[in-house]
Amino acid sequence: MSERREIEIIAGLVPQGARVLDLGCGGGELLAYLRDVRGCSGYGIEIDDDNVLASARRGVNVIQLNLEEGLALFDDASFDVVLQLETLQHLRNTEKMLRETARVGRLGIVSFPNFAHWPNRLSVLRGRMPVTKALPYQWYDTPNIRVGTFSDFEVLAQRNGLHILDAFGLHNGQPVRRWPNLRASVAVFKFERS
Amino acid sequence: MASVGHVTPQSMHFAEALPLQSGARLAAYDLVYETYGTLDAKHSNAVLVCHALNAGHHVAGTYAGQERIEGWWDNLVGPGKPLDTDRFFVVGVNNPGSCFGSTGPMHANPATGRPYGADFPVVTVEDWVDAQARLLDRLGIRRLAAVIGGSLGGMQALSWSLRHPERVGQCIAVATAPNLSAQNIAFNEVARRAIITDPDFHGGHFYAHGVVPKRGLRVARMIGHITYLSDDSMAEKFGREMRSAEFGYSTQDIEFQIESYLRHQGDKFSEYFDANTYLLITRALDYFDPARAQGGDLTRTFAVARPVRFLVVSFTTDWRFSPARGRQIVKALVDNRIDVSYAEIAAPHGHDAFLLDDARYHGVLRVCFERIAKELA
Repeated sequence: MSERREIEIIAGLVPQGARVLDLGCGGGELLAYLRDVRGCSGYGIEIDDDNVLASARRGVNVIQLNLEEGLALFDDASFDVVLQLETLQHLRNTEKMLRETARVGRLGIVSFPNFAHWPNRLSVLRGRMPVTKALPYQWYDTPNIRVGTFSDFEVLAQRNGLHILDAFGLHNGQPVRRWPNLRASVAVFKFERS
Repeated sequence: MASVGHVTPQSMHFAEALPLQSGARLAAYDLVYETYGTLDAKHSNAVLVCHALNAGHHVAGTYAGQERIEGWWDNLVGPGKPLDTDRFFVVGVNNPGSCFGSTGPMHANPATGRPYGADFPVVTVEDWVDAQARLLDRLGIRRLAAVIGGSLGGMQALSWSLRHPERVGQCIAVATAPNLSAQNIAFNEVARRAIITDPDFHGGHFYAHGVVPKRGLRVARMIGHITYLSDDSMAEKFGREMRSAEFGYSTQDIEFQIESYLRHQGDKFSEYFDANTYLLITRALDYFDPARAQGGDLTRTFAVARPVRFLVVSFTTDWRFSPARGRQIVKALVDNRIDVSYAEIAAPHGHDAFLLDDARYHGVLRVCFERIAKELA
């Protein structure tokens, strides 16, 4: 149930009744949760046919787009919150999408696998790329074309003029606030344009 | 999945003239339509299917004794099909100006007693929507659970959401655009010139001469057909395949199979389609531009459509109504915070894909109609 718990934790960062854009919304689980539990509305963006169908089945608005093409569809600050959960690591234009997220949303929330989580460090020390629950792929077939750490993101955020409002780690469905760069398998950031 | 089986077209007479966008009026007229399924007690489960250029009211099923003439969207509409006639009351209407039964250029002009011909008033997408709305009034349908259409039919679905937003629950616009591009209009113009310059056209009054401008219709259909297919699907279907193994070194005989195919399509079309209808319908396509009254601002145009929920579908290989055009509609809806889902189907078949049975495409439509049915229940 850690996935459900993670949805609840992320949803807790989203203000009640917010207008939300969920980039890479998967099967629309979070959007449906935000709608049902927090009275939110908005859209999900997905590229995958099956996920588009699953989102539609949950009754959430889903727009089939390739995020690599940017967010030209959306005006500046047109959403209260733009979510980019477990998506950034799949994108070639990571930095551009981060800037787009900050442009379109008053608040941005990003999560991604933290490569500096200690088992990953140990694995690399032993000379092998990590294969874990958060990074379940072999190096040669991973869709995660961007591997970064909790601390790396802080640098990238600063570089792009983002003001970090909250940052913590997640591990096994639990928030990790002490030494997240070492102790968390997933990094979570909430930010706004400064 | 079953068919709706044998169906019978019905006809409704409208004695009151229809005011048109042009300022003219269509005098007393008839609309031919078909319905499938059963209208529920609350009259809440009606779905209007709008047709494109080369289609009409015969959406699903067959006619007794004519088993081969299947409705044009039979793969979508029927019991257990994505637009499930066990749950919905589906209405297909032939638009005025068409040549499949409703009042059109081949019918008598009450002012002269002779066929309208070129004097049939120019009709627009908006006029068709108004005519459809009148028919629904007569059928006791105040509000549509959904309106759906592809291509020119999609334009009608969009127009419904703008002219009668309070009467539409869900608008499903497939393979369509908020207006035609210059390239689209150019293709239409080539088709029209082919017809108008056919010596048998007689200024549109060819009925009196007992002839049909078949040459023009054939060429019009050939050029249209090219734009409905993708380069890939043509390459796959025909490639450079030839009729015989050796070149005949003829400039006039058919050498390549694609030529044979296009001529066959042209021949078939010229046997049943009306030349004046072709001119009218392509012009309705050209004129459709709901944002025009808002200085081209599509976002402002769709502000009135807030009560409607939308599903927009495009096909990646459709170059006549490309995904970029679908996304323009989506953007205008998103700007207005309107509920919209958008599917961009990676189908190889070009514009024609909207008529074909693609699992992803029909899956999205099925889920949409299932949700509507659940909300009605």
